[in-house]
Amino acid sequence: MKKQSKTEAPTFEVAFAQLEEIVGKLEAGDLPLDEALSLFEQGQKLAAFCSARLDEAELRVQELAASGEVEPFEVGEDR
Amino acid sequence: MTVGDLTRYIREVFEVDYRLQDVWVEGEVSGVTRHTSGHIYFTLKDASAQIACVMWKNVAPMFGSLVVHGGQIVTHGKVSVYEQRGQYQLYVDRVQPKGLGDLHAQFELLKARLEAEGLFAPERKRPLPEFPHRIGLVTSPTGAVIRDICNVLSRRWPLVEVILASTKVQGDDAPPQIVAALDALYRRDDLDLVIVARGGGSLEDLWAFNDERVARKIAASPVPIVSGVGHETDFTIADFVADLRAPTPSAAAELTTPDRAELAAQVRALQSQLVSAMSGSLRGRRAALQSQTRALAHLSPQARLANLRQRTDDLISQAMSAVSHQMQLRRTRLNGLVARLDALNPLAVLQRGYAVVRRDGQLVRSVAQVSSGDRVSVRVSDGEFDATAT
Repeated sequence: MKKQSKTEAPTFEVAFAQLEEIVGKLEAGDLPLDEALSLFEQGQKLAAFCSARLDEAELRVQELAASGEVEPFEVGEDR
Repeated sequence: MTVGDLTRYIREVFEVDYRLQDVWVEGEVSGVTRHTSGHIYFTLKDASAQIACVMWKNVAPMFGSLVVHGGQIVTHGKVSVYEQRGQYQLYVDRVQPKGLGDLHAQFELLKARLEAEGLFAPERKRPLPEFPHRIGLVTSPTGAVIRDICNVLSRRWPLVEVILASTKVQGDDAPPQIVAALDALYRRDDLDLVIVARGGGSLEDLWAFNDERVARKIAASPVPIVSGVGHETDFTIADFVADLRAPTPSAAAELTTPDRAELAAQVRALQSQLVSAMSGSLRGRRAALQSQTRALAHLSPQARLANLRQRTDDLISQAMSAVSHQMQLRRTRLNGLVARLDALNPLAVLQRGYAVVRRDGQLVRSVAQVSSGDRVSVRVSDGEFDATAT
């Protein structure tokens, strides 16, 4: 029933998993130099992306109206 | 007619009366017998009358706990006749405790019933997603709970989006609203999980989350659903039927999300692993390159030439010393031979006093070769003279 999140940019979990995979490959060694360098560069980009996602993300809260539409919800002060 | 005929007729009289086939009867329980067969026999009475009751074993697990001696209960069932004993009986299929004031009993009753249906079974519990993208939330739009949950989510996992389905969380009209809110969330197809939350309160305050309709709606969730109702010590039916019980609403937000501070540290760790793996790899390659370069230098023409020159010099020295050694040997041999030759020199013999005698040029070795009066030449060490043999 749940479909995959359809954001344009990769999701955090996908990027994180890829980063782990790249580190694994580089640590294993036995790669031609140009491939190692390319993976390294990719890894750096993924790490930067992940860090940015974690640091810059802001919680979004939407309220579901009777119509089924959502609207931004402001969490009020404690009454 | 026979007794059997009469009794059967009486039974039919009861069974034809539709009002007796669907009665609610209130009274006090006495004389409970729990038969080994699983059926429960008891009497329901009030000040003026009593009636024998039977609860069959298929119904007993759900309601039997309310049939206790002295208990005031409300029963539902039908009246008929047990012919063998000529006794009319109430066949009980539902029981409620008398008065809604007995909330605890109602709670136990519903809990037993739903548990018997398997709704609390551990096998039903689903695991939670590791990185939720979108969380459905059923709670009051005002108050501390929504604020606390959002605070926790902002701190831990602001990457998530919350879809709030607002509802009342106490009162008689709360259960239908909670059900409707859940229904609205279930109709979406983009939620990773749902949280149902309500702050602490008394049993009455939390009662909506012990409502059967709410429990069944929670059980029907298409995605993992977490119940965070009341304080740590409060247990509601919602808690039992959900995939996970959180002790409080804030705990629900914590249990369903990763901590971004931890993840950021992991990302940093992976980054240094990345760098050290790469620099280690480069160092390795540099070292390999150096050793190759050294090996190459070894094989260069200049190196080979120098090597050959060196070898040539060595060979020449070797040759020369070999030659001089040979010459030494020969000289020694020569000296030896010369000495031997000297020793064998006939002249040396002559020097010792021997003479060489010749007659007509022939060497004289024996007296037979010479007669008296022959002229011979005599060679001695330092010359020669003639002589006549006598």
